[in-house]
Amino acid sequence: MGLTCKSCKRKAILDIYNIVKANPNQMLVALAGNPNTGKSTIFNELTGLKQHTGNWPGKTVTNARGYFKNKDKEFILVDLPGTYSLFPNSVEEEVARDFICFGNPDVTVIVVDATCLERNLNLVLQILEITDNAILCVNLLDEAKRKKIQVDLDRLSVELGIPVVGTIARDKKGLKNLKDAIYDVCVKKIIPQPKKITYPKEIEDELQKLIPMITPLITNKINPRWIALRMLDGDIKILERISQNSYCKGACNHG
Amino acid sequence: MEEIYIPLNKVNVGQTCIIKELKVTGKQRRRLLDLGFIKDTQVKVIRKSPLGDPTAYLIRKSLVALRKEEASNVLVEIISD
Ligand SMILES: Nc1nc2c(ncn2[C@@H]2O[C@H](COP(=O)(O)OP(=O)(O)OP(=O)(O)O)[C@@H](O)[C@H]2O)c(=O)[nH]1
Ligand SMILES: [Mg+2]
Repeated sequence: MGLTCKSCKRKAILDIYNIVKANPNQMLVALAGNPNTGKSTIFNELTGLKQHTGNWPGKTVTNARGYFKNKDKEFILVDLPGTYSLFPNSVEEEVARDFICFGNPDVTVIVVDATCLERNLNLVLQILEITDNAILCVNLLDEAKRKKIQVDLDRLSVELGIPVVGTIARDKKGLKNLKDAIYDVCVKKIIPQPKKITYPKEIEDELQKLIPMITPLITNKINPRWIALRMLDGDIKILERISQNSYCKGACNHG
Repeated sequence: MEEIYIPLNKVNVGQTCIIKELKVTGKQRRRLLDLGFIKDTQVKVIRKSPLGDPTAYLIRKSLVALRKEEASNVLVEIISD
């Protein structure tokens, strides 16, 4: 049964916010990425569950949740709907955006299609503006090879400043490395340091004015620079969402 | 001499063009940028659906479908047939 009614979808989102860790050894991991990049295939392989997969975009419509273990930790894995952007155009995209922004995952795994990296990197850069705790999973490496596309994973990692893991999820290849990278970021053995986008001076100047005003108003889980950018965008919806969900301390609207 | 650009929806199947300008602002512009429709990017028109809308475009190695109204906001210069 798909979620068709807008308010039901909204409820599913609220539900996912309420992920409560059973104990401090549990880590929350989000699987994000463009549509049809193999997120659910990875989810199924890691958790042993059977999320719907198939070769067309838009199969996953709401967040599915599963568990896996690695070493001494348990991981709660959330399979998000595919999205091209964090500026959503559908409720599915909004679900994904909201979880990455407000679900407070310990790490976000961004699954990209090795055969069209350029297109996928748009979302990657958008996610890295919100969170440092990200891993890039370059999937479909078999397809890339078939199309004679070589991906320099080490170089990508240097350029982006985050761990990069290559996988062929359908053949279960690279998944152990992925699990280990997730573990290492969660326990802070690896601390990703994404390269930040610097905007033209006039925008940066405004950001520097806004950030100190925003910072005291929000809980430390949301990135103030990202909120400042959305304010400059005039994205009223996102600002409403932030205050609705009481991610800010007290009233935001008298500042 | 002033350059004359044409809207992407007027480009024929099989033709390749270069994006010169986006005619929209705000959310619609953001959407086009997210789909890869950025100035100086090459786009090839792959096929039109039977009713003529939407049209599939090859851009940055992936296929993207745009409705006529969306494509009309992308101004391009044709570079090959
Ligand atoms: N060749 C190849 N196919 C893969 C690989 N990983 C996944 N697939 C296939 O790619 C298709 C899409 O996989 P899904 O896991 O459903 O993709 P998704 O990202 O969850 O898609 P949405 O939920 O629609 O966004 C399926 O047919 C998978 O079997 C891979 O590494 N190589
Ligand atoms: Mg899926």
